[in-house]
Amino acid sequence: MATAEHTTATSHPKHRRFGGIWSWVFTVDHKRIGILYLVTAIFFFLVGGLEALLVRSQLAFPGGTVVGPDTFNELFTMHATTMVFLSLMPMSVSFFNIVVPLQIGARDVAFPRLNAFSYWVYLFGALLLNSSYLFGGAPNAGWFGYANLTELPFNNATHGIDFWVLGLQVLGVSSMAGAFNFLVTIVNCRAPGMTFMRMPLFTWMTLVTSFLLVFAFPVLTVGLIELMFDRFFGTNFFNPAAGADPILWQHLFWLFGHPEVYILILPAMGIVSDVLPTFSRKPLFGYPVVAYSGVAIGFMAWGVWVHHMFTAGLGPVADAVFSLTTMLIAVPTGIKIFNWIGTIWGGTLNMKTPLYFALGFIAMFTIGGLSGVMLASPPADWLEADTYFVVAHLHYVLFGGTIYGLFAGIYYWFPKVTGRMLDETFGLIHFWLMTIGFNLTFAPMHVLGMDGMPRRIYTYPTGMGWDLWNLVATIGAFTIGASILVFVYNAMSSVRFGKRAGADPWDGRTLEWMIPSPPPDYNFVQIPYVHGREPLWLEKHPETGLGHGHPVPVPIAGGAPELGEYANGGPTADDLGIHLPDPSYYPFIAALGLALTFAGLLIGKAPPPSWMSVVGLLCLFYGVYGWIFEPVTGY
Amino acid sequence: MAEASLAGHLEAHEPETTTGLNHRKVLMWIFLGSECLFFGSLISTYLIYRNRSLVGPFPQDTFDIPYTSVSSFVLLMSSLTMVLALAAAHRRNLAQMRLWLLTTALLGTVFIGGQVYEFTSFVNHGLSLSKNLFGTTFFVLTGFHGAHVTVGVIIMLSLVFNSWRGGIKEGETLGIEIAGLYWHFVDVVWIVIFTVVYLLPY
Repeated sequence: MATAEHTTATSHPKHRRFGGIWSWVFTVDHKRIGILYLVTAIFFFLVGGLEALLVRSQLAFPGGTVVGPDTFNELFTMHATTMVFLSLMPMSVSFFNIVVPLQIGARDVAFPRLNAFSYWVYLFGALLLNSSYLFGGAPNAGWFGYANLTELPFNNATHGIDFWVLGLQVLGVSSMAGAFNFLVTIVNCRAPGMTFMRMPLFTWMTLVTSFLLVFAFPVLTVGLIELMFDRFFGTNFFNPAAGADPILWQHLFWLFGHPEVYILILPAMGIVSDVLPTFSRKPLFGYPVVAYSGVAIGFMAWGVWVHHMFTAGLGPVADAVFSLTTMLIAVPTGIKIFNWIGTIWGGTLNMKTPLYFALGFIAMFTIGGLSGVMLASPPADWLEADTYFVVAHLHYVLFGGTIYGLFAGIYYWFPKVTGRMLDETFGLIHFWLMTIGFNLTFAPMHVLGMDGMPRRIYTYPTGMGWDLWNLVATIGAFTIGASILVFVYNAMSSVRFGKRAGADPWDGRTLEWMIPSPPPDYNFVQIPYVHGREPLWLEKHPETGLGHGHPVPVPIAGGAPELGEYANGGPTADDLGIHLPDPSYYPFIAALGLALTFAGLLIGKAPPPSWMSVVGLLCLFYGVYGWIFEPVTGY
Repeated sequence: MAEASLAGHLEAHEPETTTGLNHRKVLMWIFLGSECLFFGSLISTYLIYRNRSLVGPFPQDTFDIPYTSVSSFVLLMSSLTMVLALAAAHRRNLAQMRLWLLTTALLGTVFIGGQVYEFTSFVNHGLSLSKNLFGTTFFVLTGFHGAHVTVGVIIMLSLVFNSWRGGIKEGETLGIEIAGLYWHFVDVVWIVIFTVVYLLPY
């Protein structure tokens, strides 16, 4: 081995290198791309949160005058679109990026440049969508954009819907490119010995989520294309005067939209499934069942979409069938919850912030699930739909579920990414302030919904019995805001001044805790051979006879600095004869070209394409061809 | 030990994968899976709006089935020439490979040309994107299919050009094979469209 190393090192081709900020712009390293995703997603979480606070300010009192009705419509539309597409999904993708290659014992994802491309397309799509605020007005027809409210005769005061249609298509390209990448990575880049049933649950859920992304986004894309063609080229997809049926939009959107909510929740469930065993010091209870339940949810996700349309008048047969399928999908979900409880049961709990958020997830998501079962019954849904009851449900599952899960992931993996611990005291303050605020905000909405308060109204009269709970909800919303400020402060100060974490601050069980924090760019000095589930645990416990004698770091609960071979920087990839992909500017250029092509449609409908679209297309072709024919240094 | 390492180094450009399949091949299959949903949604839209146009022109008055059968045959034959191109690549005959790739591109272009002529005549008979549901769904569905064929033609020509520059080494068939997967998929989609849009009785 040593002979080959020296041969490789001396005959090594020159590396492409960029300095400073350009090393971030042209990076193809999954860990850096993951950090880019995480920082951007947290930024947009703040943007979406601000939009929510404006909504809640307007609704704090009856007859509110904080914003007018048109602005209110833009705010709730952008709040949801931002949270779903610009924050929650990218935050999940940031963990796919940082964690999955480490968990499967790989050096990077299967297509590092495609990975970079996905990020830049996300950023440009996010900017395109938000630029609507500056150019006449943001989209205003809800995050689900029902036709034909979104059609030109009813929505042409501003170009908001055009920005929405184009922005979401761009974002769709990003999501799909990422999903393709993670599918090939998980299928094809696992370390030797890592069968599917030995993968960590987070990687399993990434696999299922990626399949959902690959199959759901094309349906949304077609719906958006049809709406775009109606608005730009005068087609009749949703034009009743030509005999079209606007219900088609609802079907296309929710065929995407329901798998989408599983795309939103499964990664968080994966995080919880990894956090609970580590902090209970027990293996995940019922690992195969939890994995298969995730797969079952992935399949069943396709059979429930009409439950978003119970009030659309499809008839009793359709309603009954989809009511049944919707109730059925609660079964694998419930199975996961029981297995999580089984994991905690009898464990020696390490009560740290990640565990608090994971426990909070179980409690809050279960509450959301219960209101979901209530919505699954059409007679009940007919009273609950389009009221605040649904707002309560969706926030308990998406905030109490996804966001809690993502925060568990942030506190869990922050030490791995930065080499420092997030402050535990501030973490608990964040958790409790958020939990109090979250429940103050959304629990009353169950009551408001039952008392008949409709969704998407910009104000309400006094005397409906809604005043008190609206005020309570607004106070809760600002409490959430305060908790986020605590988190942001914690994150920013811990990056610089946090207690140093070693490789394994939590006494972890999976491969990512085997390597230094932060990891070297090549991840593993030597790709490990995997002998079973929780491979690091097996290495730490040679009495099982299943370890391979890999050196393992000593678990450091207090975060003491790690000594040893990495104390002075450690070997580089070249020292070890490891080929890593060089940074590249073509993904960035291609992403810019794609975004400009779409944005150009806003300044001039094709044909002929506007100058911006032409520039965009040229940029895209240059980027793609450059990418394909790039000289292979370092790959 | 040294030989094993050397072999490992030679294989550095073709890393071992868990399934033994090349990454790019798996990627193309997954991409084609997503394209199934894409075209499936467009075809579903067409089927949902079938026979629901309030005004003409109607499909039964507009279609020239014999004409479209010929252009469908042309596209089908292009799949054959694609297979021949891959076979030539396997036999390490790059000149033949380029010939068959060019033929594939030519047949694809003939198909597109045929569609342009066909659609122009439809438009001249009063069918447009905005005329009725038939015009809307027909042109968008076949238009996106045609765009996919065009991208395929560009891919074929790029492969030929790259081969001329010496970019494709003898025995390297992966790129041709993956391009072939894409091309055959686009052809299969056309078979479905031709059947569902043109051949089913109105």
